[in-house]
Amino acid sequence: MNMDIFKIALAGNPNSGKTTLFNALTGSNHYVGNWAGVTVEKKEGRIQFAEHIMDIVDLPGIYSLSPYTLEEKISRDFILRENPDVVLNIVDATSLERSLYLTLQLIELGKPVIVALNMMDEAKKKNIELDLQNLSIALGVPVVPIVALKKEGIEKLMQEIIDAHHNKASYRPVKFNYGDEVENFVKEVELKLPKNLKEQYESRWIALKLYERDREIQNLVSPFEMESDLESPDRMANLRYKAIGDIVNGVAALEHIKYDISTDRIDKIILNPWIGLPIFGIVMWVVFFLTFSVGGYFADKVDTFFSVYLSNGISAILTFLQASDWMISLVVDGIIGGVGGVLTFVPNIAIIFIMISLLEDTGYMARAAYLMDDIMSKVGLNGKAFISMILGFGCNVPAIMATRTIENENDRMIAILINPFMSCGARFPIYVLFSSVFFPGNETAVTFSLYILGIAMAMLFAYIFRKTLFKGEKSPFIMELPPYRFPKTSDLLIHIWEKVKGYLIKAGTVIFAASVVIWVVLNFNTTGLVDITESFGATIGRFIAPIFKPLGFGTWQSALSLISGIVAKEIVVANTSIIYGLAENAGNAEVMAVLSQAFSKVSAYAFMVFVLLYTPCVGVIGVIKRETNSWKWTGFSVLYQFLVAWIMAFLFYNVGQLIF
Amino acid sequence: MSLTHAKKGECFTLEYIESGNRAKRKLQDMGLTPGVKICVVSNSSFGPIILELRGSRIALGRGLVDKIAVRRIDE
Repeated sequence: MNMDIFKIALAGNPNSGKTTLFNALTGSNHYVGNWAGVTVEKKEGRIQFAEHIMDIVDLPGIYSLSPYTLEEKISRDFILRENPDVVLNIVDATSLERSLYLTLQLIELGKPVIVALNMMDEAKKKNIELDLQNLSIALGVPVVPIVALKKEGIEKLMQEIIDAHHNKASYRPVKFNYGDEVENFVKEVELKLPKNLKEQYESRWIALKLYERDREIQNLVSPFEMESDLESPDRMANLRYKAIGDIVNGVAALEHIKYDISTDRIDKIILNPWIGLPIFGIVMWVVFFLTFSVGGYFADKVDTFFSVYLSNGISAILTFLQASDWMISLVVDGIIGGVGGVLTFVPNIAIIFIMISLLEDTGYMARAAYLMDDIMSKVGLNGKAFISMILGFGCNVPAIMATRTIENENDRMIAILINPFMSCGARFPIYVLFSSVFFPGNETAVTFSLYILGIAMAMLFAYIFRKTLFKGEKSPFIMELPPYRFPKTSDLLIHIWEKVKGYLIKAGTVIFAASVVIWVVLNFNTTGLVDITESFGATIGRFIAPIFKPLGFGTWQSALSLISGIVAKEIVVANTSIIYGLAENAGNAEVMAVLSQAFSKVSAYAFMVFVLLYTPCVGVIGVIKRETNSWKWTGFSVLYQFLVAWIMAFLFYNVGQLIF
Repeated sequence: MSLTHAKKGECFTLEYIESGNRAKRKLQDMGLTPGVKICVVSNSSFGPIILELRGSRIALGRGLVDKIAVRRIDE
């Protein structure tokens, strides 16, 4: 059988159910969110349907195709340059007018378009009756009603996609009428347009973009003389919405459509100026409570598995096989101790990610941004930046990528630079270890205080950066408040699995390797196998330790832990058990005895403060480089955080010494 | 008039937006074009204003609100 392989681009507004459709089509692992623009990365999935193989590319959620934001540019460039065979446009049936704005522009690009009209069930509930046949005629493309959440209409959609692919040679986009002025302009341009451009692009689209004074297209046809006209983009937007109005009037009566009633009711409480913020506070407290307590319960179980069953079992086996002592030490203390110490926290990490994606998928995240806008304004950012800060509680890497939805460059730079202060899941194990040893009974309070300190530092530095490095007006807050939706369990599970998988892979690769390296560094020097105090590690640690002396933890052990933690913060914990020569099956009492010698209560807290604030891990440094596209700012980020951490830990230690 | 003093529940038609290019373009893309009917969902003294238009709800920061010129719809 001959396979027929082709490419599909999936495009649509944020919150149109695009990712749910993508999951429904491909069953692949992909993220679902409910606040504007969460799908920033390009995701691909492959489906097979009879003899057809379709590669679907999930484009970012966008409202338009003008190249004003990164997402719009990515989408437009993909459709123009990568030549998908079919463009699948998902449209929210409950906000048809707004959605068609993108649809018209997609159709004008000239590739065959299929409109998947999503949320038909919600539309019915709202008594929105749509004449799909007329809509299809007006747009000149197939319109398929679907309910992505329930996988309704998917088969029909596939069939239409295949048909469109086969008939693409004869496909001609409909010309939407924008009135005499535009049409005359288009005609004029089409006459003058060089032949190679006509072959490469849809000439009507080029002409319309020139009318809009789209700078990129102007450059593309650079010899083309035209006077500047500041008003023309506005006119074009108006004309598009006018054309949409005509289309919509022919297919539906949208005049008296009520907004989602339950969303309206919920928002009356959640966005209330008096109780909205306290509710948000409670929501965040619940998020952390569940992460610490429920996560902690399961973490204990995992810990018992590693430290009792697995390490005792493995050392018994190795002893039975007459393995040498160093071999047993490497496997049990090095690998199981290091990797197991990190894997113990999988339950906590899973829960924080479940909570964060619940906030996103239900639509609450957009409300959190709304509620925080006032406070964020005081430090010179808008509410949207707070979303990336909350995401940072999970992992700073996706959080920093999420700053792409911030329109203004200066705002975005500030949001990136302050993000690592938000305490990620990898730092959490360190707080648990230290607070359980030094502050038994108050673990939650101590850990919570560190998260709060992180937020406070992020806010403080946002303010400082706004006043010094990135002066200027903050960009205005513009955000759609999507209707509340129950997230689909399978979408949620796919997402959590993605995140946990990432963590497990990290444990199996980076942390595994680091554990082995650290074990070697701690057991050898140039003369061979030696006592830990004579090892390479101790030498390196002793060399660096004086830097940390004024902070109360100037031992070579903590110095070495902190430096290796730059690879991944989990390593600090993995390291601690190896460094202090704790076998993985060491009881709490043993851990306590060893750590209490090295730290006092005050210096333990100072150590946690330092861990919270210091230089981000390699993964984050990488993403900062990628997102700022500047080594200068990446280096700056590494250095200023180290300094801030040093100063804060110094203050906590020395002031703490005076008080306690 | 500008939207600043618009009250909850009132509806307007948009006249023009007097704002920088980027924000204006974004607003246009989200459906704020002249003549569109806008209803105010909430407008308290702090926090962004919430508008309903073309079937969706949009929150706009204080700084933008006074740059949006509207005309009251008499009903």
